[in-house]
Amino acid sequence: MQLPIYRKRVTRSPGGDLAALVLLVALGSFTALPMVYVISSAFKPLNELFLFPPRFFVRNPTLDNFKDLAVLMGESWVPISRYLLNTLLITCLGTAGHVLFASLCAFALAKHRFPGSRLVFNLIVISLMFAPEVTAIPNYLIIARLGWLDTYRAVIVPAWQSSLGLFLMKQFMDQMVPDSLLEAARIDGANEWQVFRKVAMPTVRPAWLTLIILSFQSLWGNTGSNFIYSENLKTLPYALNQIVAGGIARAGVGAAVALVMMIVPVTVFILNQRNVVQTMGTSGLKE
Amino acid sequence: MKLRAFWKKWGISYLFAAPYVLLFLLFTVIPVLVAMGLSFTSYNMLQPPVWVGWANYVKLLFADDVFLIAVKNTLLFAAITGPLSYMLCLLLAWFINELKPTWRTILTLLFYAPSISGNVFMIWTILFSGDMYGWVNSVLLRLGIIYEPVRWLTNPDTLLWVTMLVTLWMSLGTSFLAFIAGLQGIDETLYEAGAIDGVRNRWQELWFITLPAMRPQLLFGAIINITNAFAAGSHIVALVGFPSTDYAGHTVITHLMDYGNIRFEMGYASAIATLLFAVMLITQQAVQRMLRKIG
Repeated sequence: MQLPIYRKRVTRSPGGDLAALVLLVALGSFTALPMVYVISSAFKPLNELFLFPPRFFVRNPTLDNFKDLAVLMGESWVPISRYLLNTLLITCLGTAGHVLFASLCAFALAKHRFPGSRLVFNLIVISLMFAPEVTAIPNYLIIARLGWLDTYRAVIVPAWQSSLGLFLMKQFMDQMVPDSLLEAARIDGANEWQVFRKVAMPTVRPAWLTLIILSFQSLWGNTGSNFIYSENLKTLPYALNQIVAGGIARAGVGAAVALVMMIVPVTVFILNQRNVVQTMGTSGLKE
Repeated sequence: MKLRAFWKKWGISYLFAAPYVLLFLLFTVIPVLVAMGLSFTSYNMLQPPVWVGWANYVKLLFADDVFLIAVKNTLLFAAITGPLSYMLCLLLAWFINELKPTWRTILTLLFYAPSISGNVFMIWTILFSGDMYGWVNSVLLRLGIIYEPVRWLTNPDTLLWVTMLVTLWMSLGTSFLAFIAGLQGIDETLYEAGAIDGVRNRWQELWFITLPAMRPQLLFGAIINITNAFAAGSHIVALVGFPSTDYAGHTVITHLMDYGNIRFEMGYASAIATLLFAVMLITQQAVQRMLRKIG
């Protein structure tokens, strides 16, 4: 435990420190258990997957499950590269649009405080309280009315207006971009677009990296199955779910799929942990 | 003339905000209003909606037994996972914050990872599998705690509790990170002053100094956690199937999906959505008021 000396002396008892440590270790192992099980199962040969009694750790690790996955992918009706391409397209376009539109709007909300900006921001805070299911039916009707069913747009465009991203960006700009900095740029003759692009955006780098991660995470796992019906437009998570749905014989492949789908968002988070935590620091709501 | 001056002053702001705000109106605000409107109609997506007044709500509250089961399960689920997950987020963030930076980074990742790992929670169906090959069953059998395998995910007595456990496991998400960040942002001199003023142990320090200093994050975290607690549905279906045994895992959201996605009774489904939305808003208000009393 690392605390300044005065706190250590006054407010921390060795018994309490020990209890905290025990709790951390216990909950940490509980959290890690299923993750370790996934990783271990992904490398288990067939005979170990159906061993009785079941074993937690793999004894003779093998890459068979990944080879099977590759074979199954090769046999799929639409080449797997197509699913991957669809997911990359949806993820990249959805994320780029979200970061651009949310940053522009957050900038105006935080730094211009135009008439009506409070109303917009309050609506956005309230919308944080929705379960997405609440609006699922009207959303479907609207997308159908727009004629966007069975197109990428049905997934990409609604992702642009995710309210958590806008909320975090607005809070970060409020607290981390000093008005004097923007004013100085304006006096030097920059127009608002230049102020936004050259001054504000570089200052809020942790925030837009966080928006990229959040948007990426939700789109990467998106099966899009509510809106997209054509096989050659479907996404990677959808295709992988289909493979896993092949039944009990696919248990090993299933673990391999879970590992593949898990590694990408976790890696993206590891690379950006510091920025995400810094952004969340400004997430607080004033009373 | 006035309009022109107004446009000169604010026009650029509206241009900046317009793309997002229009999309937000189209895909969030209008859908909520449409749902409220549809909740007073009978609508099957083929024929135009027919106005039925309060009929959907009357049926929902007085004639739909399954809905009452769903409400009971949802309240139980929300009342347990909501506060528990909130406390876990706070407690773990608090403990982690006192560790060395390396450990802090590793443990943050460990606790946060389940919430971003997509379908990985499905591994719990293997761990809690109902036969002897299920890992939990096999361990309990070997320890002699149970004498025959428990069908965790199909037994109405156990399935809701298992889904709660899985939900807690994957609930250390956004609010957990917000709490960690909030703790890191607290001014150290506050603690120094507190020690001089007679703060004697870690709980006093938590209540009188730490929590009030991170109240903004606590309010934000409450919003996220309450929403998640009431929105439980899709991953419950993934774990225990639909419909679950004796509707033991039936929640308001699964009831909503039943009428919206399967029966296409959109008016009735919209009434469920509207009611859920109202309950969430009321709970939010109550909890936010409670959090202001801290410290």
